[in-house]
Amino acid sequence: MKTKLRHSILGGIRRLLILLLVAWTVVSLVTLLIELVPGDPAVAILGEQATPEQFAQFREKHGLDRPPFFFSFPRDQNGERHFAWHGADNRYTDYWSALLRGDMGLSFRNDRPVISLILERYPATIELAIFAMLIAVAIAIPLGVIAGTNRGTLIDNAASVVALLGISLPSFVIGPMLVYVFAVKLRWLAPSGRFEWSDIILPAFTLGAALSAILTRMVRSSVIEELGEDYVRTARAKGLSERTVVYKHVLKNGLIPVVTILGLQLGVLLAGAIITEKIFGWPGLGLLLVEDGIARRDYRVVQGCVLVISMTYIVANLLTDMVYRWLDPRIRVS
Amino acid sequence: MNRLTIIGFVIVAILVIVALFAHWIAPYDISATNLAMRYLPPSAEHWFGTDSTGRDIFSRVIFGARISLKVGLVVVAVSALIGTVMGAVSGYYGGWVDRVVSGYLFNVFLAFPGLLLAIAMVAFLGAGLNKLILALCIIGWVGYARLIRGQVLKVREYDFVQAARALGASDARILLIHILPNAIQPLIVQASLGMAGAVLSEAALSFLGLGVPPPAPSWGVMIEEARDLSTLQAAPHALIFPGIAIALTVLAFNFIGDGLREYLDPRQRSR
Repeated sequence: MKTKLRHSILGGIRRLLILLLVAWTVVSLVTLLIELVPGDPAVAILGEQATPEQFAQFREKHGLDRPPFFFSFPRDQNGERHFAWHGADNRYTDYWSALLRGDMGLSFRNDRPVISLILERYPATIELAIFAMLIAVAIAIPLGVIAGTNRGTLIDNAASVVALLGISLPSFVIGPMLVYVFAVKLRWLAPSGRFEWSDIILPAFTLGAALSAILTRMVRSSVIEELGEDYVRTARAKGLSERTVVYKHVLKNGLIPVVTILGLQLGVLLAGAIITEKIFGWPGLGLLLVEDGIARRDYRVVQGCVLVISMTYIVANLLTDMVYRWLDPRIRVS
Repeated sequence: MNRLTIIGFVIVAILVIVALFAHWIAPYDISATNLAMRYLPPSAEHWFGTDSTGRDIFSRVIFGARISLKVGLVVVAVSALIGTVMGAVSGYYGGWVDRVVSGYLFNVFLAFPGLLLAIAMVAFLGAGLNKLILALCIIGWVGYARLIRGQVLKVREYDFVQAARALGASDARILLIHILPNAIQPLIVQASLGMAGAVLSEAALSFLGLGVPPPAPSWGVMIEEARDLSTLQAAPHALIFPGIAIALTVLAFNFIGDGLREYLDPRQRSR
């Protein structure tokens, strides 16, 4: 018992160390990727017509006049490269200190701290991801159970076809098609924006479609597998109705893998939300990243968004892992 | 082989032929605009109708197959190659190499949702076909590396490998001649699913304006151009046909991948 406890504590510390290492790498990558930008960000933001003073002022304000990293290999007058050490006064440490200060740097465009731009948009993205997940579950569980309990029948095949369509049709095809049907033709819902409560329906369905397809397949195979277990025969032998057997016994055990997938998919949904938000003009992190960040070359905003999305993803995966271990003791032991 | 796998192979064969002979098959110039001919519905002259600038959608969908397959093939080939080398070396030698590759690199790459890393890279590098391919390869190799590493770990312990080692075979020979051929089967499944993934990612990035720049007839670009409300109202077919093309391609590669997996691993057949 004692060794087991020590084992799990050591394992936990190891996982935490890896997590910190990964987080550090993600931040470093995001910080250093900005150096790959072709051309001068100052020119991209201010335009060719700006005066040299304006350029100098912009570069100074955003630290672009400072060396990118602790060292570099600048060319001297003869065109040869030499090693140069810059010490702690560089953009890499600048960004870290901006993170630790909690403002994530200033937006290149409007001088607002990136963190406040992100906090404005974050709730909309989470709202969208949660609704997408709810819709996916609401579709997948009944469809998967019906398909699994009627294995091999017409209903099962029809459910499989629907699920396959959901997997193969990407959101940027489903989304505009939904806009066409429900906004352009039927005029039931708005094509874009986030004003009425009903505005979330189309984006959430679009974002959740692929997930609901994946979940349907999982629930189906899970139900089929559990139906073959001994406890199902016992439950039936006790004279329980088929309904009770399926929904009380089979589904309860069959949902464990589904919970894992749900957690892991949260990150996929966050990334997918970038596309969905663009389709529906949904003012979340994805739209901030694509329209304010990438399209307007506000690289500070790009850095912040990428960082926040990946950190959310890492934390979601960690929580999933913990819930999974707690749900299924068999995994805890191994 | 089940029916769906065969359907998958047929669709892919058609796609390859269409992509190879696009110049002969496409009836119109893909960039010839004609505002008098815009928003035409599907007809005998324009099978898939015309778009908002009067270009023939059928011809553009056909040339789009070329972009999709090219991206898919290059991305899958390069990522599978890098992934195989990394996975094989890490699985075979173990030790600190394995700790760096599987303990660190795998975790770092899995910490990003794949699409996000591609978007971030293209955002900083700038849009373009080659940069898109580069970004997809950088996110793509990890899946293959994990797969091959697991396989190598398993095959490494087999008797014939021990026998080869006892006979004095070199590491390179053991790895290349004895282990890899026995470890590579699942890679074929992964590659097929990887084609579907690459085609989807290319279309997604192009849709976001981060992939192949317009007026290139990437299916993603065509969908992006077809989704503004006036075009949707006047010509929904401009959205539907490239959408069907993407869905069929992805479906076909998924069918092939699933079919091959069942074929190679009979235990999965009953599900």
